[in-house]
Amino acid sequence: MSKNKKNDRDRWSFSESVLTFIPGSKVYGTMRSRQARQGVMFILPFIIGFLVFMLKPMAESVIFSFSSVKLIPGQGYEKTFVAFRNYQNAMGVDPYFNQYLVEEISRMGVNAVATIVMSFVIAVILNQNFKGRTLARAIFFLPVILSSGVLAGIERQNEFYDMMAGMAEAVGQSSGVNISAALQNLLSVSGIGSGVFDVLFQMIDAIYDIVMASGIQIIVFLSGLQAISPSLYEAADVEGCSAWEAFWKITFPMVSPLLLVNTIYTIIDFFMKNDNRVMERINTIMYGQQMDFGMASAMSWIYFGVAILFIGIAAIIINRGVHYYED
Amino acid sequence: MKTDPAATVRVKKRDTKYVIKSNIKKYSISIGRALLLFGLCFMIIQPLLIRFSTSLMVESDLYDSTIVLLPRNVTLDNYRIVGDLTNLPKSLINTLWTSLLVSLCQVVACTLVGYGFARYSFPLKKFWFACVVLLIIVPPQTIQTSLYVQFAAFDIFGIFKALTGAPINLRTSAVPYVLMSLTCMGLKDGLYIYMLRQYFKGIPKSLEEAAYVDGCNTMHTFVKIMLPDALPTIASCFLFSFVWQWTDLFYSRNFLSSYSIYSVQLSSIVSRMSRYFNNGSDAAVVVPNARQQQLIFVGVLICSVPLIILYIFTQRTFVESIAMSGSKE
Repeated sequence: MSKNKKNDRDRWSFSESVLTFIPGSKVYGTMRSRQARQGVMFILPFIIGFLVFMLKPMAESVIFSFSSVKLIPGQGYEKTFVAFRNYQNAMGVDPYFNQYLVEEISRMGVNAVATIVMSFVIAVILNQNFKGRTLARAIFFLPVILSSGVLAGIERQNEFYDMMAGMAEAVGQSSGVNISAALQNLLSVSGIGSGVFDVLFQMIDAIYDIVMASGIQIIVFLSGLQAISPSLYEAADVEGCSAWEAFWKITFPMVSPLLLVNTIYTIIDFFMKNDNRVMERINTIMYGQQMDFGMASAMSWIYFGVAILFIGIAAIIINRGVHYYED
Repeated sequence: MKTDPAATVRVKKRDTKYVIKSNIKKYSISIGRALLLFGLCFMIIQPLLIRFSTSLMVESDLYDSTIVLLPRNVTLDNYRIVGDLTNLPKSLINTLWTSLLVSLCQVVACTLVGYGFARYSFPLKKFWFACVVLLIIVPPQTIQTSLYVQFAAFDIFGIFKALTGAPINLRTSAVPYVLMSLTCMGLKDGLYIYMLRQYFKGIPKSLEEAAYVDGCNTMHTFVKIMLPDALPTIASCFLFSFVWQWTDLFYSRNFLSSYSIYSVQLSSIVSRMSRYFNNGSDAAVVVPNARQQQLIFVGVLICSVPLIILYIFTQRTFVESIAMSGSKE
């Protein structure tokens, strides 16, 4: 009943929409159209910005990706239509793009899952009562600042970093200090599916990156956890439910709607990171010697398409298992 | 009801057993939790400590394998060098005022838009909100090529060309970026619109209705009733915006290239090192990798310490407002 009413309020027929903005028309003076005009005034900055700084560049970028662009200093640019050649070049001719794309996407797949699981576990822990909780929360949120923008990728660009990482690996393997490598050996010798373990160890090795990337997600999960009414747990306790059962029957379903939000945030965040090699490659093509705007645009669109695909798949999978709690 | 003494004793016995068992469980859980949390927190803090101690070392300390954490010869020279390399007082001041200006513009625009989406019904509302979501998901890198071209020859519907004979080149000023911030197209603006909309949606409608009944007009209601209520969320959006703008590289490099912005300076610090160390002679000096890394550490510290200090004082605003906007999913 209330839902129908709400829909009525939000429904605008075509003629009504047009007449609302025409002075002197039948509906112009009504409360409803006055309110609508005020609403449009409020979001006007966004409408203008979207049309000028988003839609136009996006359309242009699509056109660029289908043409060969030549920059003429002082005069702008010149473009000729080349159909799909930029896309073919990006996928087939460019020596690095394909490789980076596959690498980054597999890294993202592993890291996204790990980030979600990790942030959920940490949120559950931080939601419990213990001494120093405020401090722990503050520290876990610190990466939002420490791993943003230029701070995220700058140290990776240095060769010394790679060298150090390589050395640490070599030392670890020879002396057995590297615990994950030792465990990995042990487990692969024992013959249990090594593919699964490879992924697992990749996660363990990337744990620093994962914790650094999960600041916002922890807070979002935490807010979801705090919104669960304590009476649910009391009722479960009275009925003889153990803490473990309560976790899976109450905590998890109640927080699950936030899974989607967090997954989308994680994927987007990963795509926009500065240390992302695909983005680096696109930048090189664009501002480097080649200055090939057409190809750079084509690459960006391929990358964006892949991102959307991933978000779509994640949304479908998560929506199937999510329980939406109706107030 | 009749109580059986034997049964009471049995229950008591079971109780003590239960208490011991649950105590063991409780303590082992809290010890495990403390260990895990300590480990993870240490992992977040440790790089900062290492950077700090490395930043104080003399160059020869870097190659001394007996020195791991504590520098033998403490020096502040590295800070001076990095200060020279990154054009220091000027670049930080530039970063400060651009960040303040841009985040102020962003927050003002996003508050208005968020309020409009939360409270009003108008034609195409769903479509425009879908555009906000699109703004969140499309990486700005996707459209950077055409934005680059657009601002090199900026014109709105040919107005400037008609007036002055040529489109204006806006790439050398901060105007394009301020314009973008004012129209919600800056760094992560979609996110702020979303956060503020969620918050405004949670404020009871009766509050505004009461104001309308008492004769307040729209603007008055918005400024006097809604804004004070939303101030914590607005403040946190401002802080986010400020911090992200402070460290941002993408927009700063593309739109603020004519100002020396600290993050841009920092990102190209390595390429300027060899010129700095050869003392004016033409001979190319190869700066050792370890030294490069040390100077990068110093640069990162200079960038992050002001933010960490800011965060220590405003931690509550940061954490709680996300919690508020997130819970009304």
